Amino acid sequence: MTELFTGAEAEALLLSLRIAGVAVFTALPFAFAAALLLARTQFPGKVLVDGLIHLPLVLPPVAVGYLLLMALGTRAGLGAFLYENFGIRFVFSWTGAALAAGLITFPFQVRAIRLSLESADKGLSDAAKTLGAGTFDRLFNVTLPLAFPGIVAGLITAFAASLGEFGAIITFVSNIPGETRTLPLAIYTALQTPGGEAEAARLSALSILLALIFMTLGEFAARRARAPQ
Amino acid sequence: MTIEVSLKHHFGTFSLDAAFALRRPGVTALFGPSGAGKTSIVQAIAGLLQPDEGRIVVNGRVVLDTQRGQVVPASARRIGYVFQDSRLFPHMSVEDNLLFGWRRARTRADSREIAHVIELLGLEQLIKRRPRHLSGGERQRTALGRALLSSPELLLLDEPMAAIDLARRSEILPYLERLRDEARLPMLYVSHAVDEVARLADEIVFLRDGKVQAQGTVFELMPMLDASAGSLIRAEISEHRADSLSVLRFAGGSLLVPRLAREAGAKLRVRIAATDIMLAREEPRAISANNVLPCLVFSLADKTGAHVDVTLLCGPTQLVARITRSSAERLGIVPGVPVFAIVKAVTVDPQVSA
Repeated sequence: MTELFTGAEAEALLLSLRIAGVAVFTALPFAFAAALLLARTQFPGKVLVDGLIHLPLVLPPVAVGYLLLMALGTRAGLGAFLYENFGIRFVFSWTGAALAAGLITFPFQVRAIRLSLESADKGLSDAAKTLGAGTFDRLFNVTLPLAFPGIVAGLITAFAASLGEFGAIITFVSNIPGETRTLPLAIYTALQTPGGEAEAARLSALSILLALIFMTLGEFAARRARAPQ
Repeated sequence: MTIEVSLKHHFGTFSLDAAFALRRPGVTALFGPSGAGKTSIVQAIAGLLQPDEGRIVVNGRVVLDTQRGQVVPASARRIGYVFQDSRLFPHMSVEDNLLFGWRRARTRADSREIAHVIELLGLEQLIKRRPRHLSGGERQRTALGRALLSSPELLLLDEPMAAIDLARRSEILPYLERLRDEARLPMLYVSHAVDEVARLADEIVFLRDGKVQAQGTVFELMPMLDASAGSLIRAEISEHRADSLSVLRFAGGSLLVPRLAREAGAKLRVRIAATDIMLAREEPRAISANNVLPCLVFSLADKTGAHVDVTLLCGPTQLVARITRSSAERLGIVPGVPVFAIVKAVTVDPQVSA
């Protein structure tokens, strides 16, 4: 690694992996709850909720970053509250980058889990009911295991997409080396630096490699999710 | 033991208004044409469908009383359900499927009883398999075992053979019969297949357009349900003859059938299709049929068309014969006249307790 990449580049890689990892695993329970809501319940305004969940997919990431800044900046309402009462600060911090990446890739997870919940027969939950399983018992022993391949597929896809997140991160938490400078931000920085083309090329190649690995894994998991059990 | 069911439910233009009771262990068939409301009834009993109005009492335990706002959730009803499509958990082995309800049961079957259920349903070899590696019949046997091991007080079977092709029904029918013959549990068996009901049921609740048309024993109701199914007779093997025939005695006469693999004294159900009985006004001589029964014409079903169903009394036993209207007129078949019923074929159902 040290021969191929400089220390700063390795740092950007590891930071990207950490941010993407924290982003998708933190978002997972919420994504599961949202998928369950969309797949198994009917309620007025469901279309609206569905649209809201999928909004990050179509919104410019820069706009998402801006909205996060408005809401969670230390001088904004919610951000100030969190900072003053709990010392939690998202802006200019890698946790903010994880939050932005998790939010942007949230729809990927919801979609994958929802699909696997919908293909998992609701009748199985009914069968579990007649066998004496209560609500949480059914959730943990029937619904969750059946949605597992979908959960894995969603996690991998969201992780790969998180690695590439740029707009929301740079807008919300800026471009701080070692803190928020992930791979795409490092590529951008290299291009802004005279003589940085070689570094940009190396980092881009690395990004392509990572994307290929995770897309392949994601496709593999998605196929397992679709396969008849 | 008593199961009391009374339900009212409306969906769209269909309305269900049914009440019946099960008073002893054994199989009660909930019989009727498709769309009669059979599945809705069992779903409501299980707690998977909330009826508009209803009261369900299982052995003195009220599981539903809409008037008093009492609704016991499905998971606490202790009512087993075997679905048409088996609904085994695909991520579990046969063994884990079988023990799913057992693990959650209030009173658990001991290991000897578990072994008994596995043996009764012929699942010994399948225990480690995943449901996707099972045939349709094996799946339904597993589903049956799973429901039994949850120690239910009532077992609902919703057309458990409908999803299995005809040739493979033999993979499950004998197991259902064994279960019925152990007769420890009341079972409500949904079906629209007359032959299944004739073979398995002790009692019939006949449902049409959401209403109970009749309830009675299978012997009483069978001729009424579908005359083409013919007659269902309780019989007993009285002897095995040297000429490879067995003699079956029933109230009012006896029948000769190819030698049966059961010992003398065994009780059986015998079915005679209405189209398998010919009628003669005089005793036929020089005829190949072994079974010629002297009877009295009891009634003629008022049917339009070429055929007429003639109900006969052979002693106290009812038989139904389907002949053409023109034959009936030619022979002068009217209630009260003596005739000879020439039985061309009989079906013998294996059965321990007829």
